[in-house]
Amino acid sequence: MVTFMLETLIFSLIVGVAVGLSAGYLGSIMVLEKMALVGDALSHVALPGLAIGVLLGFNPLIGGFAFLFVSAVLIWHLGRVTRLSFETLVGATFTLALAIGILLFGNNLDALEEALFGDITAVGITEAITAALISVAVIFLTRLIYRKIVLGLISEELATSRGISVARINLLYLLLVSLTVAIGILITGTLLVGFLVVTPAAAAKTVSSNLSRYFKLSAIFGAISAVSGILLSSYFNIVPGPLVVISGITLFVVAVMVRWRMKLAS
Amino acid sequence: MAANNNGDNFILQVSNLTVEISNQLILNNLDFKIKRGITLAIVGPNGAGKTTLFRALLNLVSYAGKIEWNGKVKIGYVPQILSVRDIPISVKEFLALKNESQEDMRAVLTSVGLDSKAVLEKSLATLSGGQMRRVLIAWAIVDKPDVLLFDEPTSGVDLDSEEAIYGMLRKLTAKNEITLLLISHDLHIVREYSDYALALNKCLVFFGESKEVMNPEIQKLIYGEPICKEYEYGDIHA
Repeated sequence: MVTFMLETLIFSLIVGVAVGLSAGYLGSIMVLEKMALVGDALSHVALPGLAIGVLLGFNPLIGGFAFLFVSAVLIWHLGRVTRLSFETLVGATFTLALAIGILLFGNNLDALEEALFGDITAVGITEAITAALISVAVIFLTRLIYRKIVLGLISEELATSRGISVARINLLYLLLVSLTVAIGILITGTLLVGFLVVTPAAAAKTVSSNLSRYFKLSAIFGAISAVSGILLSSYFNIVPGPLVVISGITLFVVAVMVRWRMKLAS
Repeated sequence: MAANNNGDNFILQVSNLTVEISNQLILNNLDFKIKRGITLAIVGPNGAGKTTLFRALLNLVSYAGKIEWNGKVKIGYVPQILSVRDIPISVKEFLALKNESQEDMRAVLTSVGLDSKAVLEKSLATLSGGQMRRVLIAWAIVDKPDVLLFDEPTSGVDLDSEEAIYGMLRKLTAKNEITLLLISHDLHIVREYSDYALALNKCLVFFGESKEVMNPEIQKLIYGEPICKEYEYGDIHA
């Protein structure tokens, strides 16, 4: 029993580090794009997919990812057609997804709770390896597009004049966010996974004066939030999601205080 | 956007250029050509289509007509508005978006009158308006362009810095044989720092030597009711 618990904890920590690093790294772009709420809201879109997975008896995460993927492509396409911002489109769809998800779960409240708040006892070696591989792929791909995205943020015209397709890069970016969010659901659930994309990056931005430091700190803060949340969850035997959030917010407060002291000293 | 090799010294030939955006005519039937190495100022009232002309030259908007660059030219572009204030990015990282060679970075920063040691690691957000414009010029030339398109090179800069920046731009373009196209609202600057002026008011209303822009008759052409001119190849060109 103890061995099983220890194994579960180790696998959860592997998933936590993987998700924390990739979510923090991706989140650093989201915060720069002023799309913090997109990361948060997009995570709720997974709920109907998770419910379908539970109802039809296949891995709910696959259903969750499929919903995230399709929604991301749809939102990207609608953004191009309507010229509405991602934030507006995600805002319009996420509550609908949340409502449909809750209806689909019906009376299966245990499964709904797991989907909303995560469950580290469900994490095994398959999930740990999958999360680690996805995290490596996400970080690698994000590294490839990071500079292009930053140039697009500085000026879309400049990026386009240098042959960069901002729309295509945005689509790839949304897909990477979907992938990371789908895995993150294991640890924090759909309700809180958006947090891992937003808050570590926000904390890193307050204490960074260059890009290199900013994206490294975002990833590290993401991993610290996830790992400390999981350890606290294991110690207190409660769901990890809220504890991951509290750990991350603590980091954010510390970062703001450091920034404040830096300002006072200058 | 076509490229040709007509053997003459014209770097750009534009013929019958018309741009419509959302069914609104922004540019109407422009014809002009310019020689390699000159500085051409684009002037005209707000909404005259100056920035749209740049966007067409960069192939960022769809257009009717012909834009022909002579051979393979590398174009550097600095738009009027850059959203860099909210991004934690150092001068070094900003320049590296175009050219990662530290040697080139130091050289261009020195050439725009900045101390490369002092500014390379600085955050863009902490630069003064004048420093920022100089970094933008450094950024525009760091990958050694043949043509530089500059939309309001000194917006947000005080008068003294403005003169210094234009003086420096003139030296840089002469030294590196860069053809410079710049948009400016200041006719004194246009007269002082450019060879030719092209005035737009939806269509081409004036195209000639820059010293002529101070002539009241020409100013009436530029800022009065648009009277479109047709400048044929070999007729008037810069």
